Amino acid sequence: MDFELGQEQLMLKTSARDFLDRECPKQLVRAMMDDPKGYSPDLWRKMADLGWMGLVFPEEYDGVGSTFVDLAVLLEEMGRALVPGPFLPTVVLAGRPILLAGTEEQKKRFLPAIASGDMLMTVAFMEPGGSLEASGIKLEARPSGGDFVLNGTKLFVPDAHVADYILCVTRTKDGAAPEDGITLFLVDAASAGIHTEVLKTMTGEKLCEVVFRDVKVPRDNMLGELHQGWPIVQRLMQEAAVAECAWMLGGAQWVLETSVDYAKERVQFGVPIGRFQAIQHKCANMAVEVEGATSITYYASWAVAENDPGLPLAASMAKAWCSDIYKHVAAEGIQIHGGFGFTWDHDMHLYLKRAKACEVAFGDGDYHREKVAQLLEI
Amino acid sequence: MDFKYTLEEEAFREKVKDWLAENMKELPEWWSNRDIARPELDSKEYLDFCIWWHRKLNAAGFLGITWPKEYGGRGGTVMEQVVFYEELAKHRAPGPFNVHGMGWIAPAMLAFGAEEHKKHFIPRILSCDDIWCTLYSEPEAGSDMAAVETKAVEDGDDFVVNGQKVWTSGGHYSDWAVLLARTDPDASKHRGLSYLFFDMRTPGVTLRPLVQITGHADFNETFLDDVRIPKNQILGEKNQGWYVATAALEFERSGASAAIHRENSVKDLIDMARKTERGGQPLSRDPLVRQKLAQLYIEANVCKYMDLRGLTRLLRDGRPGPEGVISQLLGVETGQRLQLVAMELLGPYSQLVRGSRYAYEHGRWQESFLQSRGSSIATGTPEIKRNIIGMRVLGLPRSY
Repeated sequence: MDFELGQEQLMLKTSARDFLDRECPKQLVRAMMDDPKGYSPDLWRKMADLGWMGLVFPEEYDGVGSTFVDLAVLLEEMGRALVPGPFLPTVVLAGRPILLAGTEEQKKRFLPAIASGDMLMTVAFMEPGGSLEASGIKLEARPSGGDFVLNGTKLFVPDAHVADYILCVTRTKDGAAPEDGITLFLVDAASAGIHTEVLKTMTGEKLCEVVFRDVKVPRDNMLGELHQGWPIVQRLMQEAAVAECAWMLGGAQWVLETSVDYAKERVQFGVPIGRFQAIQHKCANMAVEVEGATSITYYASWAVAENDPGLPLAASMAKAWCSDIYKHVAAEGIQIHGGFGFTWDHDMHLYLKRAKACEVAFGDGDYHREKVAQLLEI
Repeated sequence: MDFKYTLEEEAFREKVKDWLAENMKELPEWWSNRDIARPELDSKEYLDFCIWWHRKLNAAGFLGITWPKEYGGRGGTVMEQVVFYEELAKHRAPGPFNVHGMGWIAPAMLAFGAEEHKKHFIPRILSCDDIWCTLYSEPEAGSDMAAVETKAVEDGDDFVVNGQKVWTSGGHYSDWAVLLARTDPDASKHRGLSYLFFDMRTPGVTLRPLVQITGHADFNETFLDDVRIPKNQILGEKNQGWYVATAALEFERSGASAAIHRENSVKDLIDMARKTERGGQPLSRDPLVRQKLAQLYIEANVCKYMDLRGLTRLLRDGRPGPEGVISQLLGVETGQRLQLVAMELLGPYSQLVRGSRYAYEHGRWQESFLQSRGSSIATGTPEIKRNIIGMRVLGLPRSY
């Protein structure tokens, strides 16, 4: 029994923190909010050189062969620094499903390219209906000769405008159950018939509408079996939820530390405001919430790494907790900073906005509590 | 990071499970069947039951697992203790009694006591031959525990003690007590206290029962009038009592057992929600009820994994560290929320107590709901815990 990071994980954490402090200052984060690409190719290249893109892929695919817990450590630091760009979409949303469900040929084709930093990817799951259920997947993939033809609209697709490939969740059959007839395709983003529009978001993150009009996809680009894609999507959503939690944890930790530091320095009524219990107890509540997020997120990331049967429950518990607490912690961070926290110049609002975006990604607290209820057979 | 247990730990777990399977058959039927009324919690029958089960656990060698064999302990590992409490919780078996003796007095004595005292008292705590109580709080020293005014004055070979203590749980059936008393009135308040212990039958000790909001009389006021305590009945040095008391409070057992208890309670609530119909359908189909039950389950698990992090710190560093107070705080508040949800599910029936024909499970939830209000007062209020988190974990300035 040992529920703490190991030596190597602590080293990874420290080196990632140092690197991002240096290479990803808030000026860069802010610049990328208005940048058409939304990420820095220079930073992307440096992260790839550190082996981050291939961290969780086996060495035979030019990866580092580390575990999902190591990835969580990295994501925590990236969430703290608010690293802009398609890291999570490329590695977790697309790379992991290819590793878990891809053919040998697909793994050889995509994973080394991801690991080297040469390929950007994303997943196109949600549609304008906003549903996270299989019944919400309407984008049609129709067989045509040896290929498939895709028609439909995907919404909230992260970084589709810069992605080289899009993992697209499609409907290939209207079965008795909505879960039957879901098929995944690796779609070349340069294919004819794909129209991508970047949506204006509160965070400046690049979420896109992607319209597919008669987009041809070769059969070889099918990930998993025809009609049988839903279990791959479920696993993807669980891993994505856990990854998002690690990201949220890092941000919440930054807010806590920054707010506590401010409460020690800011003087009102002749004393640091951190001496007032009204402020101190706010900070204590934030500490409880962040410590809880740390505990449940690392447990869930361990469940991914070990392929533990408790993963679906762990992922939903973690996502429900982290979605709620990040939002609360970020709001309290602004409150403790008073007027300064409400200014555009202070970084606190970047975290409040990100907390909202993270909350709704892959299911909010209410959604995952209902999932927990179902898994417990309530 | 590794949540697995060693082969030795798993073998020990099997031993515990076998023992529980065999011995839980002897438990009275009311223990597991909630539809049978249990004895009143402050009755002689309930006390005898607690002592009987405690002695069985001790005879089987499951108590004082980490304490040295020479004092009657098992000489085992922290992880064996964790495994034992996990199994107790999973099997929903009763825990050990002599809660103060087992929880902090024996550990404090092992850390700070004289050899003769350890040899004499530790085995008697384990066997429940001596039941112990704690005399810290006073009418004017609650959250501000270091403000105790009870005086202990040296006189020959004794301390002579005068003062009043309050909230003495189990004082009326206790044989021995630990006492926080002022031995140097001129020193600053934390540096003038000593940690003494004495026989409750000593002349000058008077108890007056206090009735709790549950209607049970489990705690007392304790009056000490010229009580003579031999000078050698002290833990730690004279005037170092504050540090002994705070160290003793850190001896609370770590691990997942409290969390498993909470998880069991959530499962009881789920069961209640399935069985209880409102508006023609089970409460378990109500989306709001489902949200609340799931949230309690999540909180119980967040506590569980916080506790396991605390356990890791204990295993790595030998002590749980101040962060332990974080999981204690969440645990207490989750436990209270759970009781509130239970009462909500019962709706109009939540008003009915033991003795009423319509009372759900003979009013056990009403008792545990009322009892839960005390959990945020005993051993440090959430307000004090938040102060401790502020000061000791976050490094904020002292607020008082």
